[in-house]
Amino acid sequence: MALKAVADHDDAPPARPFDARRARDDFPIFKQKIYGNPLVFLDSAASAQKPRAVIDAVRHCYEREYANIHRGVYYLSERATAAFEDARKKVQRFLNAREAREIVFTRSATEAINLVAATYGRAFLGEGDEIVLSHMEHHSNIVPWQLLRDQTAVVLRVAPISDAGEFLLDEYEKLLGPRTKLVAITHVSNALGTVTPVRDIVRLAHEHGAKVLFDGSQAAPHLNIDVQELDCDFYVFTGHKVYGPTGIGVLYGKAEHLEAMPPYQGGGEMIHSVTFENTDYAVIPHKFEAGTPHIAGAIGLGAAIDYLTALGLERIGAHEHAVLDYATQRIGEINSVRLFGTAPDKASILSFTVEGVHPHDVGTVLDRSGIAVRAGHHCAQPLMHRFGVSAMVRASFGLYNTVEDADALAAGIAKATGFFGR
Amino acid sequence: MSDALRELYQEVILDHSRQPRNFGPCDAANRTARGNNPLCGDRMVIYLMVENGVVKDASFEGNGCAISMASASLMTEMIKGRTADEARTMFERFRRLVTDDDADIDMGELDKLNVFAGVREFPVRVKCATLAWHTLAAALDGKGEEISTED
Repeated sequence: MALKAVADHDDAPPARPFDARRARDDFPIFKQKIYGNPLVFLDSAASAQKPRAVIDAVRHCYEREYANIHRGVYYLSERATAAFEDARKKVQRFLNAREAREIVFTRSATEAINLVAATYGRAFLGEGDEIVLSHMEHHSNIVPWQLLRDQTAVVLRVAPISDAGEFLLDEYEKLLGPRTKLVAITHVSNALGTVTPVRDIVRLAHEHGAKVLFDGSQAAPHLNIDVQELDCDFYVFTGHKVYGPTGIGVLYGKAEHLEAMPPYQGGGEMIHSVTFENTDYAVIPHKFEAGTPHIAGAIGLGAAIDYLTALGLERIGAHEHAVLDYATQRIGEINSVRLFGTAPDKASILSFTVEGVHPHDVGTVLDRSGIAVRAGHHCAQPLMHRFGVSAMVRASFGLYNTVEDADALAAGIAKATGFFGR
Repeated sequence: MSDALRELYQEVILDHSRQPRNFGPCDAANRTARGNNPLCGDRMVIYLMVENGVVKDASFEGNGCAISMASASLMTEMIKGRTADEARTMFERFRRLVTDDDADIDMGELDKLNVFAGVREFPVRVKCATLAWHTLAAALDGKGEEISTED
């Protein structure tokens, strides 16, 4: 079933199909039973599981080449520094950034957005300047801009979406004007799975002289990203959703922007020289990396990128798409289910409600069958309001998921409706 | 369906969640409070009519899971005719019932609430069960602002 769907998919490479069952063996977490059942993990959009390669890389760092970086004159520090900077180069290649110095390590995608809001925003945006968001942003791409608004009186404008969860390019274009200075929009919606028309978003924004930031947290695990081709000004993603460790995130920014921006936090690592009168800041990206960074996290992220690259993101994406298509059909045909987010271009996320059963209760029943889903507002409350619900169930698919997982989900929903049915 | 799930979703709970009692605004209410569980976005309003320290009438409105709806429904039934202090004592006992592992709590005349003992096995659902009670406490204290399970 999955293989056929892969073959049918337009973008699928003719190469050997992706073997999710084999890849699953790379993830030690699947070796356990949950309440006596095999683990069906459908919450990778919240955080993905970790392959052995990532776990080993983190362990190797601490066991064999750990020391603080960028300061030691000794062997271990040189090794750790080289490994850390090597991870930066891997991220650079992953995003196809022009230069490694355009990659800033943060602790999360959230911090990366806050960094841009606090530095670029405060330095270059002022009262009446406009920032355009979309209606399907994660709270982490809403609240930092509200904090900026409270400080600078910028104006936030919200691009609407269709009932199917599509980004409405025409409506977006109408919001762009001479006061538009920044567009901050998700690449893939965390609650609906919609892939936004990123190239058009950038083209239109740039026509109006506005800069563009993409929240790629949900895109990076599934899609090839080329920031040069996109021509976006900023792109953020987080390590733990691409099978890497928690506590490490990435901000890509065009070098010209990063150089013009003031520092984010002050401290060690980000300075060139300090006297009590004055401080010269380090060059980018170090200017934005105050304090000892998450060294092992960056190295683990590098290992995750190696892992994804070896498997091939296109093959992974095609496989996940086949699983999503199958699951959409399988879950969608259940009478009591209402699907949210049916845009033609989607990635790996299936959100729904079950009539007469609250999402939390669905989640609890599924959990006892070993099926992990997200139930709640998905940190996107404005979107929940848009659809008139307080919560949804979200199943999200990673490279280790199979059509059998979708079957298990369908069976679990049937169990829940049977149990709660009137 | 596992035993733990049957223990959690007892018939009484399913019944109250499907047909919540005392559901809707109470016109005569002189105390109200809003409750919010930010983890799931569930919201609830509790309406009380309190006279001479006694809860004469109680109702609720809201949208939530089976546990939170049933909890609010049963709670409004239980507190009618009780003094504010009695209601607070009930909350304390209820909280222990749903959180305390070795609870051999004598619920006494509150034994109807024993159907919530299964919540203990589901720590992430404790807040669903206690949202109504937290909101009740806020209403009794006359706190105007919205309370949250995370405060």
